[in-house]
Amino acid sequence: MRAYARVTAQAVKRGGGTVLTELRGDSPLLLRRTHDEDGIVTVHLVGGAAGPLGGDELRLDVVVGSGAALRLRSVAASIALPGRAAAPSQFTVTARVASGGSLQWLPEPTVAAARCRHNAYASIDVAEEADLLWRDELICGRYAETPGSLTMSTSVAYAGAPLLRQCLRVGPDADGWAGPAVLGAAKATGSLLQVHPGISAGGPIVLGPTAVRTPLRGPATLTTVVADDAHALRAYLGRR
Amino acid sequence: MRPDSPHEHDDVPHGHPHPSADPHAPLPADARALRIGIGGPVGSGKTALVAALCRALGGELRLAVVTNDIYTTEDADFLKRNGVLPPERIRAVETGCCPHTAIRDDISANLDAIEELEAALGPLDLLLVESGGDNLTATFSKGLIDFQIFVVDVAGGDKVPRKGGPGVTTADLLVVNKTDLAPLVGADLSVMERDARARRGELPTVFLSIAADRQATPVADWVRGLVAAAVR
Amino acid sequence: MDTTLLLLADGRFPAGGHAHSSGLEAAVAAGRVAGLAEVEAFLRGRLTTAGPVAAAFAAAACQGISPAVLDVELDARTPSPAARLASRRQGRALLRAGRATWPSARYDDVPHHPDGCHQPIALGLTAAAAGLTAEQTALVAAYGVLTGPASAAVRLLGLDPYQVQAMLARLATACDEISSDAVAAAAGGPPSDLPSASAPLADIHAETHATWEVRLFAS
Repeated sequence: MRAYARVTAQAVKRGGGTVLTELRGDSPLLLRRTHDEDGIVTVHLVGGAAGPLGGDELRLDVVVGSGAALRLRSVAASIALPGRAAAPSQFTVTARVASGGSLQWLPEPTVAAARCRHNAYASIDVAEEADLLWRDELICGRYAETPGSLTMSTSVAYAGAPLLRQCLRVGPDADGWAGPAVLGAAKATGSLLQVHPGISAGGPIVLGPTAVRTPLRGPATLTTVVADDAHALRAYLGRR
Repeated sequence: MRPDSPHEHDDVPHGHPHPSADPHAPLPADARALRIGIGGPVGSGKTALVAALCRALGGELRLAVVTNDIYTTEDADFLKRNGVLPPERIRAVETGCCPHTAIRDDISANLDAIEELEAALGPLDLLLVESGGDNLTATFSKGLIDFQIFVVDVAGGDKVPRKGGPGVTTADLLVVNKTDLAPLVGADLSVMERDARARRGELPTVFLSIAADRQATPVADWVRGLVAAAVR
Repeated sequence: MDTTLLLLADGRFPAGGHAHSSGLEAAVAAGRVAGLAEVEAFLRGRLTTAGPVAAAFAAAACQGISPAVLDVELDARTPSPAARLASRRQGRALLRAGRATWPSARYDDVPHHPDGCHQPIALGLTAAAAGLTAEQTALVAAYGVLTGPASAAVRLLGLDPYQVQAMLARLATACDEISSDAVAAAAGGPPSDLPSASAPLADIHAETHATWEVRLFAS
């Protein structure tokens, strides 16, 4: 299945606030505006079907204009499942945040189910003086399940310069992924990237035995966590 | 600072290289701080000797210390309390469980630490490089230090000088420490002196009790002589 | 060039590597690594994460891609400041040895940074100065990712060195593949597309290790 969704948030010219000038999607990638949270315009991804399934090609483009603020969530975890075809599933997200704009990407976790072959790509372009909060959470297998192959790739540029480029691979195609150099015995992992102009650089913080928050080269911090389960993971990555 | 120096512009040769230069060929030996390595077995009193030298020389020379020993804040406090050496003048180097690799085969971490100290503190007269506690075979590379002191103690047995090994045999100065313990451990200092002379020929050996001589006077005097000669 | 290749790849090449465990010391302290089996799993994870990044960046630097561009790209792939520092310190040590061993104008491009130049970039420049190819450079990089922590494991855990060598021999094919894939990746596209394989525990290990009062290894 192929699906394309797009949301564009722009600042209201007079009186402030944000308006959604575009909001479109295809099943299974549907977008709904929900109640504003903390006064921030909020859009939920509402999965039209279980998935992504092998063979799916999903793409979401997010545009946040200067002075606009947008929060994206999802109603449920996204469970990557094998399809009838051998083809992998793919979910590509691109986001562009203009100067003075603010984007919060706080979806529910992605779950790598047994035998899945899923690639999640995110490419984010943050202009100078823009804000970003970007959360990625990955659960390796449903209950007592060994995950299939999943790649989670995140590439972020700030003011045109590379800020963060990461690509985590789990499952049978990634030798050593469950070993002590990558995830150890942890079933859940995730990160929270916060980009904020003038963020106090500060030093790295060890938040717990398997959680650290580190300053990047740029006005940003990254919280990196491995955890036993989604709940423990969220305890570190919940929106502050 | 260096009353023996005949040069009026004696600060010049101590300048750090170009601030923008990257790590780099070592400076010519006459244009930088004198580097003295202090090696010896575990527990022989290397850190105590470093503290004593800081006590003796800290007021007259610009000095800093690089230590390769497993180094704790207690060690830093020890030097700070006893040696009047502020923590910014001490760098600890991790040796990956290879104390003598770090001073002999791959000296890069020590050279980096020395350069960082010189960059942070400005020109120095004397750098003491303390090795991690090792055995009698440990020696410093000539690429790292100009002179080396090897510290053994009488409690390690009066046969140590006879055993030799590169540390005892070739060090520029052999220090036999803890002479105050000789009667307690049944060590015969005259045997040690005879063996040391046999092993070392003309190279000097001093007997010392840092417990009694808190400035390690004979060692401090030996170092003073080298510093004076280096700036000449 | 075979002898030159071996010289640069040799663990005895004085490039500061002996003091780095690349997270192994922290993994041991956290109870994740205790014996040979866990060391092998650790090395497999390092090979598939740090391996492609180090090998592709070294190959790219060897081929003349701007070290300054590669420097920013590597920082973006290294979210832990402790890991960035460890990479830069090892790069600085390698350049010190490289400059003395194979003098060359190639080192003039080294990006200035107070902590030094990232290790894979330093390796690429040194390899180029030594006349090695991008393929050889990538192999040295991947081999270093593999053998650095293996050597640390022998010292830290007192493992049987013969068993460790047998394990390294088992990983040789994987190391070859990582390095040849990395050469292809380095030749493929812009520096932004170079491999970015990550490992959450690598960052967590690097940062927790940096807080210890007493460390045997620098990383």
